[in-house]
Amino acid sequence: MSQNAEKVIDHFELFRGPEYTEMLANKKCMFEDPVLPEELTRVTEWTKSMEYREKNFAREALTINPAKACQPLGAVFAALGFEATLPFVHGSQGCVAYYRSHFSRHFKEPTSAVSSSMTEDAAVFGGLNNLIDGMANAFSLYKPKMIAVSTTCMAEVIGDDLNAYIKNAKEKGSVPQDFDVPFAHTPAFVGSHVTGYDNALKGIIEHFWNGKAATTPRLERKANSKLNFIGGFDGYTVGNMREIKRLFDLMGVEYTILGDNSDVWDTPSDGEFRMYDGGTRLEDAANAIHAQATISMQEFCTVKTLDLIEASGQEVIAFNHPIGVEGTDRFLMEVSRLTGKPIPDAIAKERGRLVDAIADSNAHIHGKKFALYGDPDLTLGLAAFLLELGAEPTHILSTNGDKDWEQKVQALLASSPFGKNCHAYSGKDLWHMRSLLFTEPVDFLIGNTYGKFLERDTKTPLIRVGFPIFDRHHHHRYPVWGYQGGLNVLVTILDKIFDHMDATTNDVSKNDYSFDIIR
Amino acid sequence: MAALRQIAFYGKGGIGKSTTSQNTLAALAEMGQKILIVGCDPKADSTRLILHAKAQDTILSMAAELGSVEDLELDQVMKTGYKGIRCVESGGPEPGVGCAGRGVITSINFLEENGAYEDIDYVSYDVLGDVVCGGFAMPIRENKAQEIYIVMSGEMMAMYAANNISKGILKYANSGGVRLGGLICNERQTDKELELAETIAKKLGSKLIYFVPRANIVQHAELRRMTVIEYAPDSEQAMHYRKLAEKIHNNVGQGVIPTPISMDELEEMLMEHGIIPNVDESLVGKRAVEAVA
Repeated sequence: MSQNAEKVIDHFELFRGPEYTEMLANKKCMFEDPVLPEELTRVTEWTKSMEYREKNFAREALTINPAKACQPLGAVFAALGFEATLPFVHGSQGCVAYYRSHFSRHFKEPTSAVSSSMTEDAAVFGGLNNLIDGMANAFSLYKPKMIAVSTTCMAEVIGDDLNAYIKNAKEKGSVPQDFDVPFAHTPAFVGSHVTGYDNALKGIIEHFWNGKAATTPRLERKANSKLNFIGGFDGYTVGNMREIKRLFDLMGVEYTILGDNSDVWDTPSDGEFRMYDGGTRLEDAANAIHAQATISMQEFCTVKTLDLIEASGQEVIAFNHPIGVEGTDRFLMEVSRLTGKPIPDAIAKERGRLVDAIADSNAHIHGKKFALYGDPDLTLGLAAFLLELGAEPTHILSTNGDKDWEQKVQALLASSPFGKNCHAYSGKDLWHMRSLLFTEPVDFLIGNTYGKFLERDTKTPLIRVGFPIFDRHHHHRYPVWGYQGGLNVLVTILDKIFDHMDATTNDVSKNDYSFDIIR
Repeated sequence: MAALRQIAFYGKGGIGKSTTSQNTLAALAEMGQKILIVGCDPKADSTRLILHAKAQDTILSMAAELGSVEDLELDQVMKTGYKGIRCVESGGPEPGVGCAGRGVITSINFLEENGAYEDIDYVSYDVLGDVVCGGFAMPIRENKAQEIYIVMSGEMMAMYAANNISKGILKYANSGGVRLGGLICNERQTDKELELAETIAKKLGSKLIYFVPRANIVQHAELRRMTVIEYAPDSEQAMHYRKLAEKIHNNVGQGVIPTPISMDELEEMLMEHGIIPNVDESLVGKRAVEAVA
């Protein structure tokens, strides 16, 4: 079965033909030094044991499949939330290719970001010339309204100083003197994409509020009644932002979204390419200083940003990616308290519908055990929702979660009878999760696309919630915040539960007495 | 409280930078200033005279032990010494491996994020040798040290280093607020040392802040891991350091953008002062025996 132009065979079929199966078998025999199948089985079984788990958790100098990405990825995310803003990463090209493809694979949209293309000579002499030329090129080719600069490992190790470099670039005429170039140092070897988001957003806000790198006077805050809203690094940002705007509009709240990525990652196919679309307008970003308060949906994404905002005299409120009834209640009640606007009946009805849906499906979720992993805020929000559903979030793991996160999760677990035998694991990776799933099995796993390897290994059905999700399409278009969002997460979980039920009850004349039409 | 004053001592290795800075800062502490010393030298010897310690636990060694800087607490690395001077050492890798410059960046970020600069009048950075890479320029970035003091002597290489450091300062002075506060000559008893130090200071567009005479008592104090200020407060040398401290204290806002010179100009200057004779090009590269013949 070889390829021919009349009927091109894809990889699903092609490699199963005899010429490929024989070739691959030969390759294994001749070049891969295969171990005996018994030995393979013995070692595989051993890696499922408690003894192996203990060794695995004692691991110090090795990380296997961390569930996190690096700072500049978060910086690019934050930059793209502003009107006609080009993310400019000071570093080598390969890094930026990764940020672009990572986002494009998740959002199924082109993502624009440029690099200063540092090579070996830049590592020796410093990247100043790369930044000067790169800014000039980016400005004239892509005509952005703002260029937001961040850094990669290379620029950070050699100690390039963005503040000085950007001033130099402006003096050399790369961009006009009054052009907005906020910046943030985002060493990829410190923290995670969540830290990078925080640093970059702080850099942008600092730029507009604190005198644009000493080129204009600092803004004087004159308090008004508006609210600022920050979503944080969020794989559901397209759906979530639109849902939040809908809720704010229903309540009649005046608001500014600081970092709105919902349009740039969801441009219509109508014949026109939009390199930039939507985003927070730059004057709105500046005027956000006058707001009465700022709400962050993700505390761990906005630690430094909120410090900066609080120092301006605003009240700041941080949530942990609230999902479900109680989380949404608390969010809306805070908005209502701050603005004095009541929560309208339309939203109260949505709440009732979510409660109704949870009640309808309760029998299937109650008491089920879940393992989940992801970013610190998302795992907190999901765990709270699972507890609300009467499920047990048995293993909660966050590679980029710290001790504070772990304490917060433990406190959450302690607040519910369903959290009794559940544990938080900060700084652990997906290979740790594999041990947990083998030694303390659960019913379902919640995580991003990389969880499919754990699903294959441990046979724990995977429910895809998180970032990145490369192998299922368009879920980012649906919110997970608000009561509607809670409903979406509920349905996602239920779909998997029922699919799994069908898959395990369909042996004819064996167990298909449970292969029911009605669930 | 007055605004936080941030200064840095730079200079060629072995020039007496740490000794000079610690003695000066001890004198400033006597004047009632609250001081934080940030040692930015992998040797980690910028605070030994203040702490009477052989070597302090450094930020980077503690971080390496704990696995990550994020696990580190400020009180694990900040020690208090003579007259309440707070001391931290950045530390760094063993010679020949890793990147000491990145270490400086990591350490200063750690200190800022963990509130080390609160309730302090002075922060003093003690920085290794020349500005060898971007990391060693961290203390002169925007919103860090406002004035740099270069410790030098009448030796050719010390002046060469002073000139090089001025080049580093110039780069950052154009885009930021850093200025050259002045030169401090640590006497080596070379020919025409004072005259040379004054000339190079002038060439760099700056001034010689102080000429610290050589005195054995500094060695005696060092052997006891003490500053002269503490070891022999009434000695003449202690008075010199106090005067230097006073000059630095009163030098606030007096820094300049340096005007570094070329290597040729530097050699010319030495010739003018008769340190190296006017070069007869036919002698260049000749050994002593050949030159005589």
